[in-house]
Amino acid sequence: MSIIKARKLVHEYIRRDEEGNVESIDTALDHIDIDVSEGQFIAVLGHNGSGKSTLAKHINALLMPSEGTLWVDGKDISEEENIFPVRQTAGMVFQNPDNQIIASVVEEDVAFGPENIGVPTDEIWTRVGESLTAVGMAKYRHHSPNKLSGGQKQRIAIAGVLAMQPKCIVLDEPTAMLDPNGRREVIRTAHELNKKKGVTIILITHYMEEVVDADKVYVMDKGKIVLNGTPREIFSQVDKLKQYRLDVPQMTILAHLLRQSGIPIPLGILTRQELLEAILRIC
Amino acid sequence: MSIILDKVNYVYSADTSDRIQALKDINLELKDGQFIGVIGHTGSGKSTLVQHLNGLMKATSGTIYFNGRDIYEEDYNLRELRSKVGLVFQYPEHQLFETTIFDDVSFGPKNQNLSKEEAGLRAFEALRSVGLAEELYYQSPFDLSGGQKRRVAIAGVLAMRPEVLILDEPTAGLDPAGRDEILDLVARMHKERGITVILVSHSMEDVAKYVERIVVMNQGSVMLDGAPRDVFAHYRELEVAGLAAPQVTYLMHELKDHGIMVDTGATTIEEARATLLEALMGLDAGRRDIYLEGNHA
Repeated sequence: MSIIKARKLVHEYIRRDEEGNVESIDTALDHIDIDVSEGQFIAVLGHNGSGKSTLAKHINALLMPSEGTLWVDGKDISEEENIFPVRQTAGMVFQNPDNQIIASVVEEDVAFGPENIGVPTDEIWTRVGESLTAVGMAKYRHHSPNKLSGGQKQRIAIAGVLAMQPKCIVLDEPTAMLDPNGRREVIRTAHELNKKKGVTIILITHYMEEVVDADKVYVMDKGKIVLNGTPREIFSQVDKLKQYRLDVPQMTILAHLLRQSGIPIPLGILTRQELLEAILRIC
Repeated sequence: MSIILDKVNYVYSADTSDRIQALKDINLELKDGQFIGVIGHTGSGKSTLVQHLNGLMKATSGTIYFNGRDIYEEDYNLRELRSKVGLVFQYPEHQLFETTIFDDVSFGPKNQNLSKEEAGLRAFEALRSVGLAEELYYQSPFDLSGGQKRRVAIAGVLAMRPEVLILDEPTAGLDPAGRDEILDLVARMHKERGITVILVSHSMEDVAKYVERIVVMNQGSVMLDGAPRDVFAHYRELEVAGLAAPQVTYLMHELKDHGIMVDTGATTIEEARATLLEALMGLDAGRRDIYLEGNHA
């Protein structure tokens, strides 16, 4: 069964003047169809303003469709009684680590979500322990979040979402403000949760390197899904991606340049390891 | 002319238990016309360092000289320093505030006590140089895209005609095309106007591609300082400091470990391509034939 399914999903931001007349309509999502199976690792690419975050906010029922339908774990988000179950099914992590942490001790921050939905106290602390362990932050349990690095803060934010035991986590540019180490930590954590706990991951990012290990990539432009496929299929379309203001991983570019100079490097190189092996094969 | 930092220290919350020494004995000479990258993990002191350069933060001890003068002297004109050393903060678009783009960009030069005409002229010049379409000048900056807003914010600093332009992570959160546009713009400013550029960045690839010198900050100290190829040769130390080398540099090292004679100092895709071509074309004759055959096939 699809954990996330959208059919002809439309979202319009409507701007009105002082008298309530419509001034302009901005179609942020334009008849989107998506199907995500449980346990998949999905990446969403697209330039600034392409509609990625608007889509993400629907999966969490933070925004409602103007037209069309989105089902999260079989529940139509447009129905009022589904809003809370949907938010429990799909957790969200945002870009800025500092805006998402509210408590002064790490474990209290992680406990905030389950506490809010009335989980019994014993169970809360079990979940907090498990969540912090899952993101590799158990030893910071009693620390103040203030003194953590950006990557550590994002992992606390992920732990906070995990404590709600969601089936799916949407990460909206979680690494945009992080240094290289922090970026690696967060992406590694997302993959681990996906593999070990079977959590469905939706990763929105501007870093092409973070996408290469995804099961499937959606590319958005002007509110539409314009490409979808495996990373290899997507990154073989260099010109198209450029047209959508995107890029390909560095190793793919280098492989492409070498091929242009007549070196027989196969198509579809995404990672350093793949390019290394391809070069060693011809030497 | 240059900026010289002489034993600069900076301590946060000096008299409390939270005392943090953000800068430790920094000695640096930032020469006129250089394009310098500053890298370092979160909390390494990068932002604290650059905020000292235009006098926004004052060193706890030590001195900074701008064009030969001590900026901490009593009669030093800090206002003038701030217009000569332009600082573009992280997420500068959050600081746009005027009702039109043009007014926003004119704000800096007006504050420099320039006449309305002169301030306007500089705003025009700055907006043109960041490549914003003229029909947008009198619209609200809040209707622009993320990348456009950021260019307006940079124009606001350029309108003061700084001699030194400091950008603190100017591409965070931008899509790849937006990243290229901003960095190409900065590189053009550097080339055409000869201004000194200091780029704080988390992207090793960007730093390798654009700058001529890298200053690596680690725990408040300068850990490395040199040309990209020399700095990234210390990739293992960089990893310990929470950083990394560009992907291509790692590839070159791995190839060399397998006996392929490539230049491990390559830090950009172009450099990697050049050294790889040389190494692979230099294969002995028999192998080259096989290789060429493969190529035909």
